[in-house]
Amino acid sequence: MCIKDSDHIPLLKVKSISRYYGRRIGCRGIEFELWPGEVLGIVGESGSGKTTLLNCISGQLEPSEGAVWYASNGGVIDMCVAPEPQKRLVMRTEMGTVYQNPRDGLRMHVSAGGNIGERLMANGLRHYGQVRRKALNWLEKVEIDSERIDDTPTTFSGGMQQRLQIARNLVTGPRLIFMDEPTSGLDVSVQARLLDLLKSLVTELDLSMVMVTHDLAVTRLLAHRLIVMKGGKAVESGLTDQVLDDPQHPYTQLLVSSILQP
Amino acid sequence: MKKQFNRQSETGGGRSSVMEGYNFAYLDEQTKRMIRRTILKAVAIPGYQVPFGSREMPLPYGWGTGGIQITASLIGSEDILKVIDQGADDTTNAVSIRRFFSRTAGALTTTRTREATIIQTRHRIPETHLTKDQIIVYQVPIPEPLRFIEPRAKEVCRMHALKEYGIMFVKLYEDISRHGRIAKAFDYPVLVNDRYVMSPSPIPKFDNPKMDRMPALQLFGAGREKRIYAVPPYTKVKSLDFEDYPFEVERWPHCCALCGSGNSYLDEIIMDDRGSKMFICSDTNHCNERVARGHKGNQEEPVEKAQISIGTGARKCA
Ligand SMILES: [Zn+2]
Repeated sequence: MCIKDSDHIPLLKVKSISRYYGRRIGCRGIEFELWPGEVLGIVGESGSGKTTLLNCISGQLEPSEGAVWYASNGGVIDMCVAPEPQKRLVMRTEMGTVYQNPRDGLRMHVSAGGNIGERLMANGLRHYGQVRRKALNWLEKVEIDSERIDDTPTTFSGGMQQRLQIARNLVTGPRLIFMDEPTSGLDVSVQARLLDLLKSLVTELDLSMVMVTHDLAVTRLLAHRLIVMKGGKAVESGLTDQVLDDPQHPYTQLLVSSILQP
Repeated sequence: MKKQFNRQSETGGGRSSVMEGYNFAYLDEQTKRMIRRTILKAVAIPGYQVPFGSREMPLPYGWGTGGIQITASLIGSEDILKVIDQGADDTTNAVSIRRFFSRTAGALTTTRTREATIIQTRHRIPETHLTKDQIIVYQVPIPEPLRFIEPRAKEVCRMHALKEYGIMFVKLYEDISRHGRIAKAFDYPVLVNDRYVMSPSPIPKFDNPKMDRMPALQLFGAGREKRIYAVPPYTKVKSLDFEDYPFEVERWPHCCALCGSGNSYLDEIIMDDRGSKMFICSDTNHCNERVARGHKGNQEEPVEKAQISIGTGARKCA
């Protein structure tokens, strides 16, 4: 298959994804489409299956059933059955993942510049000066002082570590970013700054994003559409404002009311 | 047919009587066959580390048990063995290994690089060009070049399998941003046959260019880590680098104080307690042969100050 017209087909088409852990359900029968430039929020409490789902569609976990069609630059591929080299190539050139815990997404004992440069070098860039320039450029974009380029992330604050993760992923110009609770564990003011940055980067770079979070306020700010998950299943989905302003499912109503409480 | 061989070796040696009660070259024939099969696999996939059932040897790990097992599985009664440690034939390690093979295999030994059919080495490649009739066996402490940065063995396997070596360049990037140059001076990683990143064992990077398209078969044995890998004759071996920070070898601003050699790897020797220094060839056989041919250094004038620079200056030598 070699369809390539990003305006007329979804970037990501998730077909009935299920993942079981023995007899326990991780997630079950999830379907959605993600269009270029769109931000999808997957919300639910811990144990709702949202992280399992994210890992399945980002190529980090093999689903028990289903398919994940991704419209790569080289044509549409099923991420679940694609050969490992092709899958890893797509993952490090066209996709990116920002983890909840910076330790999962950064090399903590490699300098900020090295962290940002890794994907460039993995994709074949063999010019130190160019790696350096691009790293400096991205530090600036994520609002980290360029003087910190040779410091390791261990010396960074939580908010800076998340911004560095973002730079490390975006440096190769991916089209699709997966985010797992990117703001949890940060102070409220730090969260707000990170969300503002994400919002402007998404717009500026025309990024598509799938973001998992338990925080409805985060989705309100960033997501165009929402999927609400409970017990491994999608209980409600729709445009963000619609879902948050007029929740249909009792579970969504509960989530919305709990956030509205002072 | 037995090759007649007249020894005129620099040090004593020669064929001594084989010890009773041991198999030829210590290892049993089945083990040697297993190791030779591993070597064949390693030769078939240049630079790829092949696991093998490493045996206990009557020497402690760190003494080259991997290299010894390779040598033991290859050596025949007509082979002539040279063993070096840091370039020298007369260190305890080299002497022990040579004695081991002359006792267990009755092997002829030599210190002359040209005479040897098998050269077992720890940390150097001889200065004399090796030929297609020779095998060089490297003793390897840590065979995995990716381990220092990716401790998960399974992930390391996957990186090799998919040729994902970006992380090696992260290491070089870190060196340059910290030191202004690639600081790694030993065990400098190479790409073999445009495919596998390989650790050349802790030889100085000075020796790396000798590995490229070497006519001799190069075998690497790691006993503790149970790995064997190989570079077949005339295989491309490239030291990793950046376009704007190309690979360079060490150069010294002076020549060997004994033989005047201007293109060999030099060791710094402290001459007295006032700290005067002398630089002499690390490859003792190379140095001795040059002296025997009449080359001279300026050993009367020990160098006062050690200056090792990278990639600069030609030396005017004898
Ligand atoms: Zn010399």
